[in-house]
Amino acid sequence: MAVEAPPAPPARQVRPHRTGLTAGDRWRRRTPLMPALVLVVALTQIPLLLTLYYSTRSRNLLRPESGEFVGLANYGKVLGDPLFRNAVFNTVVLTASVVLLSMALGIVLATLVDKRFLGRGIVRTLLITPFLVMPTAAALLWKTSIYDPVYGLLNWVLSPFGVDNVEWVSQYPMISIIMVLIWQWTPFMMLIVLAGLQSQSPEILEAAKMDGASELATFGYITLPHLRQFIELGILLGTIFIVHMIDPIFMITQGGPGQATTNLPYFIYQQAFRAFDVGEAAAAGVIVVIGTIVIATFALRVISNLFREGASR
Amino acid sequence: MTRVITAEPSPTTTRGRPRGPRNIGVAFAAWAAAVLFFFPVFWMFLTGFKLESQASTDPPTFFFAPTLDQYQAILSRDFTPYLLNSLSASLVSTLLVVVLGTPAAYALSIASIPRWRDSLFFFISTRMMPPVAIILPLYIITNNLGLLDNVTMLAVVYTAMNLPIGVWVIRSFLLELPYEVLEAARVDGASPLREMRSVIVPMIAPGLAATALICFIFAWNEFFFAVSLTATQAATVPVFLVGFITSEGLFWARLSAASTMAAVPVILAGWIAQKWLVRGLSFGAVK
Repeated sequence: MAVEAPPAPPARQVRPHRTGLTAGDRWRRRTPLMPALVLVVALTQIPLLLTLYYSTRSRNLLRPESGEFVGLANYGKVLGDPLFRNAVFNTVVLTASVVLLSMALGIVLATLVDKRFLGRGIVRTLLITPFLVMPTAAALLWKTSIYDPVYGLLNWVLSPFGVDNVEWVSQYPMISIIMVLIWQWTPFMMLIVLAGLQSQSPEILEAAKMDGASELATFGYITLPHLRQFIELGILLGTIFIVHMIDPIFMITQGGPGQATTNLPYFIYQQAFRAFDVGEAAAAGVIVVIGTIVIATFALRVISNLFREGASR
Repeated sequence: MTRVITAEPSPTTTRGRPRGPRNIGVAFAAWAAAVLFFFPVFWMFLTGFKLESQASTDPPTFFFAPTLDQYQAILSRDFTPYLLNSLSASLVSTLLVVVLGTPAAYALSIASIPRWRDSLFFFISTRMMPPVAIILPLYIITNNLGLLDNVTMLAVVYTAMNLPIGVWVIRSFLLELPYEVLEAARVDGASPLREMRSVIVPMIAPGLAATALICFIFAWNEFFFAVSLTATQAATVPVFLVGFITSEGLFWARLSAASTMAAVPVILAGWIAQKWLVRGLSFGAVK
C-alpha cells in the first residue's frame, strides 16, 4: 500500500549525507535497512500485487481451469452485490459507534486517572486490562458468560430493571459486537488521551488558575485544544484497526444472524475461504485498501505532527 | 515528547489538587469504572476454578470451593502443543523484529540514509493495510511453498506484521539519544557497527525491551493469520479456542480456564510494559 508521504517527522542528522557519494557507498549505507525492508516487501507488497492481479481475473478455486482476464468485471460485480453494500454499511456503523463511544469514555476515564487519588496506579492497571485480553478469549467470554439469555451476567444485572431472558447475540447482534469492542478499545483511547493530558505544561495550567479561570474554562480553552491532536490520533488509529476487525465477528456471530453483522473483512473472508471466489474477494480487498489509504493518510499526518512537536519541545 | 519541568508543580495545580471532597468523588468514580471494566476478566478467572454445575447458574455463583479440575482437563486435552506453538511464533518473531528492526531504525534516524522518509512511511503504511486484503495470495504462496501449517512461516508473517511498529518505536528511542554521545563515539573513530554494538544498543536497551514486550503482545493475540495459515500442526492458542467452542462450547468453566491460560501471559506482559504501551500503540508518536 503506498501512501503519499506527508511532512515527515524530524531526523537528526548526525551523519549528514555528503554529496558525491558513489552508488556503492549509498548502497552500503542502506545495508542496515535492507533485511527488514525486504522481508516486509516480500510478505505484504507481493501479496498485495497478487490481490490486484486476481481482482482482474475470473478465478474460482473450485474451478481450477478458471482464470481468464475479465478487466474490471469483478469490481462491477462486487459493487453491485447487495451483500457487499450491506457489509460496507455494517462496517461503517460498527466502526463509527465503537470509535466514537470508546473515545468519549476514554476521555472521561483519562480525565479521572489524570487526577491524584488513592490507588491511582492500580485503577490504571485494571482499566487497561480489557485491551490486553486475547480478543478471541474476550469474545468467548462475552458470548457465553455475559450474553447468555438464561445464565448470562448481563441479564442478571439488568433483571432488577425488568430485563429478562434477552437473547443478546441473536436479538441485538450488532449491539452485542459493539459492546465487546467498546470494552476492549476504551483503554486504548484512554491511554492516548492520558498521554496528551500529561504532556500539558503545568505552568500554563498554573497561569490560568492564577488568572482566575474556572476549571471548566481551563478545560475548554486550554486542555481541549491541546488534546485535539491526541484525540484525532486515537480516532484515526482506532478506525484503522476496527475497520479490519474480524475476531469477535468470527467468534460471536459468524456474521449473522443472516448478514446482520457481516463487516467487510468477514465478507471478504467468506468470499475467499467459503465461496472460493478469488476474483471477487480480491476486488473487494482492493476496495477496502483504497478506503484504508484515505484514512491512513490523515493518520500519518497527525503522527508526523506529534513527532515534530515532540522534537521541538 | 519529553516535558521539561522547570519547577515542581505547586500543590494547587490540577494534578496536585489538595485532598478534599472533590478528590473522594474522583477516587470513587475512577474505582467504580475500574471495577466495572475489570469485572469480566475477573469473572473469567473465577469461572475457571468452578465445577461445570457452578459455572452456569441463575443467579450466578459467587462463592464456591475452588477446584483445579478444569485446568487439569485442559492440560490433558493436548493444550500444550498449542501453547508451545504460540510461544515459539511469538518469541521468534519478537526476536527477529528487534534484530532486524534496530539496524533499520538506525538507518532511518541516526544514519539518515537518502530517502529515509519514504522508507519510514512505507513501513507504517503496511501496518495499516487490512490483513484480509492480502490473506488469499499469502495463503496461495504459502501453500505453493509447502509451508502451510508451519510455525516458522507463522513466525515470519508475525515478524513482517510487527516490524513497522518495531522500527518506528525503536527509532523514537534512538531520536532521544543525546547527540553528544554519538558524536563522541564518532570522533573516537568507532565504526558504525561498533558504535551500534557498544554505544547505541546498551543505551536503548530498556527501549528495546519495551518494543519486544509490545511485539510479543501483538503476536500472541493474533488470530486471523493463525486461523488462515495453520491447521493442526502449527495451530496457536487462539485457534485452539475456536476449536474449543465448537467442540465444548457448553462447558463454560473449562472454556474459562482455557481462556485464562491464553490471556494471562499477555496481561502480565502488558502490565509490565504499561509505561510504554501507548508509545507502541501509537508508533512512537505519543510518549
